[in-house]
Amino acid sequence: MSVAEPATPGAVDASAAILVEKLNLWYGDFQALLDVDLRVRAGAITSLIGPSGCGKTTLLRSVNRINERLGYVRTTGSIRLWGLDVLDPSVEIAQLRKQVGMVFQRPNPLPLSVRDNVLFGTRVHLPDGRPPNRVEGDRIVEEALRQVLLWDELKDSLDRRGTELSLEQQQKLCIARLLPVKPRLLLMDEPCSALDPAGTEAVEELIWKLRGDYTILIVTHNMAQARRASEECVFMLLGEIIEHSDTASMFLNPANSQTAAYIEGRYG
Amino acid sequence: MPETAHAADRRDAAWWVDRAVQILVLAGGLSAIVFIAGIFVFITREGAGFVFDRFDFREFFGSPRWTPTSSHNPTYGALALIAGTASVTGLAMVVSVPFSLGAAIYIGEFATGRVRETLKVLVELLAAIPSVVWGFIGLSIMNPLIIQVFDVPVGLNVLNAGVILGLMAAPIMTTIAEDALKAVPDTYREAAEAMGATRWQVTFKVVLPAARNGLVAATLLGVGRGFGETMAVLMASGHSINLPTSPFDSVRALTATIAAELGETAAGSDHYGALFTLGIFLFLVTFAINFAADVFVRGGQRKHRRRGRRPAASANP
Ligand SMILES: Nc1ncnc2c1ncn2[C@@H]1O[C@H](COP(=O)(O)OP(=O)(O)OP(=O)(O)O)[C@@H](O)[C@H]1O
Ligand SMILES: [Mg+2]
Repeated sequence: MSVAEPATPGAVDASAAILVEKLNLWYGDFQALLDVDLRVRAGAITSLIGPSGCGKTTLLRSVNRINERLGYVRTTGSIRLWGLDVLDPSVEIAQLRKQVGMVFQRPNPLPLSVRDNVLFGTRVHLPDGRPPNRVEGDRIVEEALRQVLLWDELKDSLDRRGTELSLEQQQKLCIARLLPVKPRLLLMDEPCSALDPAGTEAVEELIWKLRGDYTILIVTHNMAQARRASEECVFMLLGEIIEHSDTASMFLNPANSQTAAYIEGRYG
Repeated sequence: MPETAHAADRRDAAWWVDRAVQILVLAGGLSAIVFIAGIFVFITREGAGFVFDRFDFREFFGSPRWTPTSSHNPTYGALALIAGTASVTGLAMVVSVPFSLGAAIYIGEFATGRVRETLKVLVELLAAIPSVVWGFIGLSIMNPLIIQVFDVPVGLNVLNAGVILGLMAAPIMTTIAEDALKAVPDTYREAAEAMGATRWQVTFKVVLPAARNGLVAATLLGVGRGFGETMAVLMASGHSINLPTSPFDSVRALTATIAAELGETAAGSDHYGALFTLGIFLFLVTFAINFAADVFVRGGQRKHRRRGRRPAASANP
């Protein structure tokens, strides 16, 4: 499979972080994704929009194969991350998920201390072949919390349970805990939908700040957010990708009439 | 009841049935409380005479000499009996905790589909085996086995009773522990798996710590069960008064003492009162254990409930 095939119309030609080809996915008998082709540019923020039930979450959850927890999901086609064939049964799931961090719609910190939440990844993946010692741990925690703008708020309460923080802090913590194992791709499924406007703004700002260091694929229901916070935009409808272009041109003059209708709010 | 002509006052059959059921259910609930209170009052009253007249704290908790039938100098030291119950229960926990935790983890976190359902039914069946059957196993299987394997003169001892009691308590502990694991929100597992944790890592680093309260409660209820168990212990422990120094010593349990001696005492005698005092002690200890278990279970529930609050609706454009 050649990586140098013609780019999707409108997409900027750069190395692809994710390359999805002919992806079909079934929940039991129900087909949720139909022949999805997608090329996500490395280092950019790509937003995934579309009406409720169109398959955004499904597509996102296929990339780190967390969909397979359900047990009744069947997939055909291919997903490549920097050339790694994700759907190959011999892929090391742990290694895959180390490179691909996921942020969920509902903040889901582990029922551990803030510190243990941040260090969880290093204890699972042992980047140096062993868990970090006290000093290294302190450094990792501080660095990760600084990156998500939580350090000043939480530096004195690292022993608090992650589940006791405010929702905004929880969601930031959920982003922070991905960073110590240095993922290359972050998948975010409506990361702000459980937050109030101030929290939304803070997390959006944070996501924007992470741009460039990470490739980010973010699902959102919020047009303004997609417009503000992403460089490329993908519009899905009923399990198919209808349009994919850079955000500015999609919102200024969408190529597809359905895209236009959705952006103008006619789908809800 | 005065008849009113008001149209809204429709006391038809359904209304009466509803009233009757309410009263019946209330009576059922109250009677449970009345029975418990009644039992406690009865035991206390029967033991009270002994507690106030003859009871000597130092002797009761400090002396291993339990000779209530001695004609010239009866003594009522319960230390050996308490030590017997404690040693058997302690060993039982050593046996049952790993068994039941292992089984609960396998059933709750790893087994799926048919295997899981079959195992759950099997565990519940095990819990239904009557204790006299366990006692019988202790007498006729464990006893010769222990004599043969360890080359000791008697096989009815702490080891025998402890193993039997452990196996007996394991099914109920498994069921409660599995409930505790099931109460851990699946989002925790999903979050950990999405970070690349394997099933084992998810279980040990996330699920077990999150379920800790429920697991402690399961263990405590097992301890309570062991404390109160009578028949199997009576049959397997050797029933001789002893401060045990090794697992191969025969012992006698509090419960077994009451069961074996109560029928032969005269109501109102010192011996009779002493046995009821043992009963009060057992009652208080099991009550404390169950109460502690309850506190732990509630603690666990509250934690998860807080976590489980629903998210606000997502903002649409
Ligand atoms: N676990 C599941 N089992 C069966 N069907 C599912 C499951 N999850 C999703 N689906 C179906 O797959 C389709 C796509 O769902 P998906 O959750 O991916 O949509 P979405 O675009 O993320 O929607 P939303 O914007 O509401 O989050 C829907 O029709 C949904 O009913
Ligand atoms: Mg979704």
